[in-house]
This record gives sequence, structure tokens and C-alpha cells, in this order.
Amino acid sequence: MAEVSLGRALNRALRDALAADPDVLVYGEDVGPLGGVFRVTDGLTAEFGEDRCFDSPLAESGIVGTAVGMAMYGHRPVVEMQFDAFAYPAFQQVVSHVAKMRNRTRGRVALPIVIRVPYGGGIGAVEHHGDSSETYYAHTPGLRVVTPATPADGYSMLREAIACPDPVVFLEPKRRYWATEDVELPVRTAPMDQAVVRRPGRDATLIAYGPTVDTALLAAEAAAEEGREVEVVDLRSLAPFDDATVTASVRRTGRAVVVHEASAFAGYGAEVAARVTERCFHYLEAPVLRVAGLDIPYPPPRLEEYHLPSVDRILAAIDRLQWEAAWVPRPEAARSDGGAAADTGPAHRLEVGA
Amino acid sequence: MTTSDAPGSPADPAHLLPSLEPVRLIDPDGTRAAPEAGAGFALPEPAVLLALLRAMVVGRRFDRQADALARQGRLAVYPSSHGQEACQVGGVLALAETDWLFPTYRDCVSLVTRGVDPVEVLTLLRGDWHSGYDPARHRCAPQCTPLATNASHAVGLTYAARRKGEDVAALVLMGDGATSEGDAHEAYNFAAVWNTPVVFLVQNNQWAISVPLRRQSAAPTLAHKAVGYGMRGYHVDGNDAAAVHAVVSRALAEARAGAGPALVEARTYRIDPHTNSDDPRRYRDDSEVDHWRRRDPVARLEALLRREGRLDDAGHRAMVDAADRLAISVRERIARLGGPRPEELFDHVYAAPTAPLRGQREEVRAWAEARRAARAGAPAADTGEEV
Ligand SMILES: Cc1ncc(C[n+]2csc(CCOP(=O)(O)OP(=O)(O)O)c2C)c(N)n1
Repeated sequence: MAEVSLGRALNRALRDALAADPDVLVYGEDVGPLGGVFRVTDGLTAEFGEDRCFDSPLAESGIVGTAVGMAMYGHRPVVEMQFDAFAYPAFQQVVSHVAKMRNRTRGRVALPIVIRVPYGGGIGAVEHHGDSSETYYAHTPGLRVVTPATPADGYSMLREAIACPDPVVFLEPKRRYWATEDVELPVRTAPMDQAVVRRPGRDATLIAYGPTVDTALLAAEAAAEEGREVEVVDLRSLAPFDDATVTASVRRTGRAVVVHEASAFAGYGAEVAARVTERCFHYLEAPVLRVAGLDIPYPPPRLEEYHLPSVDRILAAIDRLQWEAAWVPRPEAARSDGGAAADTGPAHRLEVGA
Repeated sequence: MTTSDAPGSPADPAHLLPSLEPVRLIDPDGTRAAPEAGAGFALPEPAVLLALLRAMVVGRRFDRQADALARQGRLAVYPSSHGQEACQVGGVLALAETDWLFPTYRDCVSLVTRGVDPVEVLTLLRGDWHSGYDPARHRCAPQCTPLATNASHAVGLTYAARRKGEDVAALVLMGDGATSEGDAHEAYNFAAVWNTPVVFLVQNNQWAISVPLRRQSAAPTLAHKAVGYGMRGYHVDGNDAAAVHAVVSRALAEARAGAGPALVEARTYRIDPHTNSDDPRRYRDDSEVDHWRRRDPVARLEALLRREGRLDDAGHRAMVDAADRLAISVRERIARLGGPRPEELFDHVYAAPTAPLRGQREEVRAWAEARRAARAGAPAADTGEEV
């Protein structure tokens, strides 16, 4: 075993994929001799040559558009968007072509493309370098959207993404690039489209992904000191969503908090909360809460701590999960008013010896 | 990939420049153009000219049939190729069997010319599915609607083919309006930097829906845009099938030989409205359309071939008959087509349906069955899957 950072694990995954399959190509901005601004492609051009890992012109739409053509002709391009917010010029190619080609052609043309996007904040960067853009992609049918939280998953999920017949938006939590884990590579973790329980607990479920998994684990540790056993689920795959794992956890614990960096409004957590509510309604002891970014453009670095979910904000949300109370059915009278009372919130709470 | 890090003075771009006057081999009245107008291009062999005419006669007839189907409400919409047949036929017949075509919504005639079943061509416009043909079988990408976005696909595809050691060139069709899009710029640049064998054929039909060319570009010609990318530019009379074929053939041959991509501007005109639901009287004058009707590409080539004794009434009749047979078969087969299956909506989103999609597929299957049963006026159990 050895200490491996997420960045090195991703680098090793690219290296092993290039070695395993001559149709794999890696390209993007500064990914050649420089090795990418985060060094994820470090050494690949030297080892595999300019033919396999190379710098392209500076044009994100062109990068993704050429990848479409390459995939149409039997290649497996792995392209890098330099930063989350600089992937936006490629959005039309991703949404209108990458996501739709298989469907448009009735399954005749598959596009096994991986679009790697370093995303999220927490590295003290100036604007346009901290966006959490996962919802734009996850909202688009035809794309798989995954995000690893650990070096082992970084390796395993990237290998699986490259081998996948569907296009994959591979979101790399950039503030976790330097986080290490004791792991022997190559490694195979759970299948890419499954969520995993990172820490078991029976009192509440924290649902996190990518950069917030570690924060959720720290919060769970702190909660344990206060006597609450909190389960942490790492989603890993944002699209498709692993209802089975999440539903099983919340039905066990009866309480759930979703944690992500992106703004809360119309964010990924809204989808999670809706799905959990639809599937676990009768098991829930409290509404599903969200700890998310504020509904503001990504803040300047000296203020980002207010925006990013912290251990304290997660603990505060756990405290708000109505531990003192349980819900009982409303009296018939209140129910017959056409549902208006339902909008007024928790009016009928009874204490039942919490 | 070509990279050049050597310092030095830039190469003289004179050889990249297009002619200000479009290359023309046949005059609008069907006589051979003066040698200066040909700018060094030769009139193709008679067999090629006959093939061009045959394909244009068939393409024109197909296009008129599709337009009629749209007006009868049997297509959701039809963007006509009328007036642009020389560009689409001249370009496509310059391709080798193994080359790829990247057409737009405007280019149904190019697909028919390429040999795609015309009923499959119309799948998109009938609204049955987004694309009806097998791209790999015909080496034709799906028709592209987001402007200019298919241009980089052609660059990537030819790049990939070269990596596999295969000699594959590509022809990208685009409109004059599409050249203003950032994706056109990016694709031109990628193609030139990677030196991929792609010919971008711009059908400059003077209009982008209601916007005239002068509001689209201040370039001397659209072909001049090529020079900024280090790419050859050609300017050709887009109503002269012989000239389009000659220019695109040379551009493809040069590209295959390693001279890089080319941008060909074909000057032509969109005779019809943008689509059957457009009203061109709001933005253009009928007299302009009349001017271009007198420069009809099909009549021009027919006149030359007749004048030079390469085509007689019987030969022409045979072309028209073949075109009629195709049009009748399109009409009859479209009338007989059933509707698409709702359950298929979920079949191709991913390689295998995801768990959430399997659930939705089941719901839709149940609705569809109930609707079929209701339409048949009988309980679901009696009708099964038949109707
Ligand atoms: C990116 C994008 N923007 C807008 C449109 C809507 N639109 C469809 S066709 C068209 C005009 C295109 O003109 P041109 O490129 O000259 O081609 P033509 O239709 O004349 O063949 C427009 C604006 C589109 N399809 N794609």
C-alpha cells in the first residue's frame, strides 16, 4: 500500500487506459508537455507520444466537437476542460450532440467520450474557477455524470468511464486533488453507477458527493461525539441516480440531509430531496434538508467559507431534524379545507416522548 | 498533427486566396464559359456531367415531392433545397465511397444523391425520429440543426480515420449564416492546425431565414475567411454543377494529398421560403427570386449537354422517368408508414436503459396500450398489441 493523491490516481488511470487500448486519446488545453494545470496528465505525452496525448487549440466547443467525430470513428477520446466555468463554451456540443447522438441515431452511433471537468471551490481561486456545474449536466438525459470523492474511486471510476459505451461527464473535485489515501493501484471499487455507504449510522443519513463527502464524514464524526450515529452516503453517480442505495439508507434512518457546494435553488439537492420524499415518505421523521451553496454567483475566495458547506452547517442541519417530535396524521377538520393547511407548515406537532 | 515551432517569416498566403469572381465552367444559358471564368478548372468528362444532371433531376423531383408532402401536412416541416441542387449534387458526387458527408437540415437532396433511402431521409421531417438512416452504412452523419456544430465532428472523424491509417476525407455542408457561428470558426481552425482532409462547402444562398448576407459578414467573400486559418479558399458559381464538382474534387484531392482543409463558397440562391412555414415576402422582393430562377442550375446543365449532343429527348425522358418513379414511391411508402412506437423513446438514451428509465418505459407502455385499446373501441384485453 502507498499514499496516493486523487490527482495521481487519476493520472495513473489515464496512463493505464492509454496502455490498455490504442483507441484511447487524451487531449485538451495544456494537457501535453505541461501535464495540465492540475498535472493530471503529467508525463503522458512523454510516455505515449504526441499522437496519444496532445494539446489542442484553445476552443472548448471544438475540443468536444472533434471528440464527437473521433468517437464516431471508433476512438475513445478523453478530453479535459481546464476549469468548470470554462467548459461552458462547449455546452451546446455536450447537450445537443454528445448527449443525443445515440438516441438520435436509434442506437446506431455510440459516443464513448469522457469529458473531464475539474470542478467546485475551496482552493482560493478567483472567479470562474470555482463553479459547481453538475446540475447542468445531470439535467441532460443521455449523459452519465459521475464524481469521485477518494483516490481509489478516482482511479476505478475513471477507468470505468473510459470503458463505458455512454458519454461520461467526469467531475473532479479540484480541492480533493491533493487528498491522499493508502491504496494499491490499480484498484477496482464499486461499479461507477452505484452509491456507497461511506460510514454506517442509524440516526440520520447525510447524502454527499465529490468535494462534500469528506466534509460530511467529518460532520458524522463530530455528531457521533454528541451521541448521534449518522450514516454518510457518497452518491458517486449523479446521473443515473442510485435510488436503491439512498432509499434503503433513509428508510433505515428516517432522516436525511443532502450536502453539496452548488447553489441550493433548483440544485441537485432538490432532485435528491424529491426522490427521497417520494420513496420514503412514510419513513421520514423530518423534512429532507439541504446544506448547499448560497444562491449567489460563486463568491470571491476570501468569502468562500460562507458559501461552502462546513461541518458546523451540517451539524446545525442535523440538529434541525426534529429529534424532539414525531409527526401524526392531521385531524379530519384540518384536512378538509382543500389542502390550504398543508402549505402552512408544521402546525400539528405532538410530543411523543422524544 | 503538425506543429511548427520554428521562427521565421510567414509564408506568402497568395495561394490560399479565392478568386473574387466565382469559378464558372458553364454560363447560365448553357454554353461553355470563357476560359478566364474557369480559373484553371476544366469541364468534367461527359459521363460525369450526365451523372450530375441525372442526380439533379432526381433531387429536384424529390425536393418538389417533399415540399408537397409538407404542404399537405404529411411532413412536420420541410426546408427546401430548391435552387441549390448544383451545390449538393456537385459536392456529393465529388466524394469517394469511403468519404463522409456532414449535411444540415437544408440538405436532403445531398442525402438522396448519396444513395440514402429517401423515406429514411424524411424520417426527421416527418417527425418519426430524429434521424432515419444508418450513418455508418452510408457514411453520412445525421442531419445537423444546431448551426455549424457538425463541422468539428468532421474534423474529429477524419483525424480518427487517419490515425487508423485509412484514407477518409469529409465534406461539411453549411449555410452562409452558419459561417458567423463560433463553431464554424473553431472547426476551421482545428482542421487547419490538425491538417485534416475536410472540405467545408458553404452554400451561400444569400439568406439566413430573413437575414441577408450583408448583415452576416463584412468579408470580401465568405471564401476569404479561409486565409485567416491558413486554409485554401475557393469561390465557385453554386448554380453550375460542373464548376462545383470540379472545385470540390480538386479541394478534396489536395486535402488528401496533405495540403490541408479547404473552404469552398458556392454562390447560389434559396428559391423557396426558409421552410414551408416561412413568409419571405416580409423580407425579400419577388424580383430577386425571379432573377435567380433564370439561373436555374438544372436547366443550365441540361442545355449544355443537349447543345453538345450528349443528351437527347430519350435520354432526358429516362432521367425524368427515374425521378418520377422515386417520387411516387416516396409518396406511397410514406402514406403506408405506421407511427413510431412510444416504447422506443427509452431504448437509445443509454447503451442499456437505467433503472429510472425502465420505470418510465413501463408507464408509457401502459398508456400506449390503453390508447390503442381506446382507439380500437374495445377493451385492452381483446386488442392486444395489434392496432
Ligand atoms: C445555433 C443555432 N442558432 C439558430 C438556429 C435557428 N436557425 C435555423 S436555420 C437558421 C438560418 C441559417 O441560415 P444559413 O446558415 O444561411 O443556412 P440556410 O438555412 O440558408 O440553408 C437559423 C437562424 C439554429 N438552427 N442553430
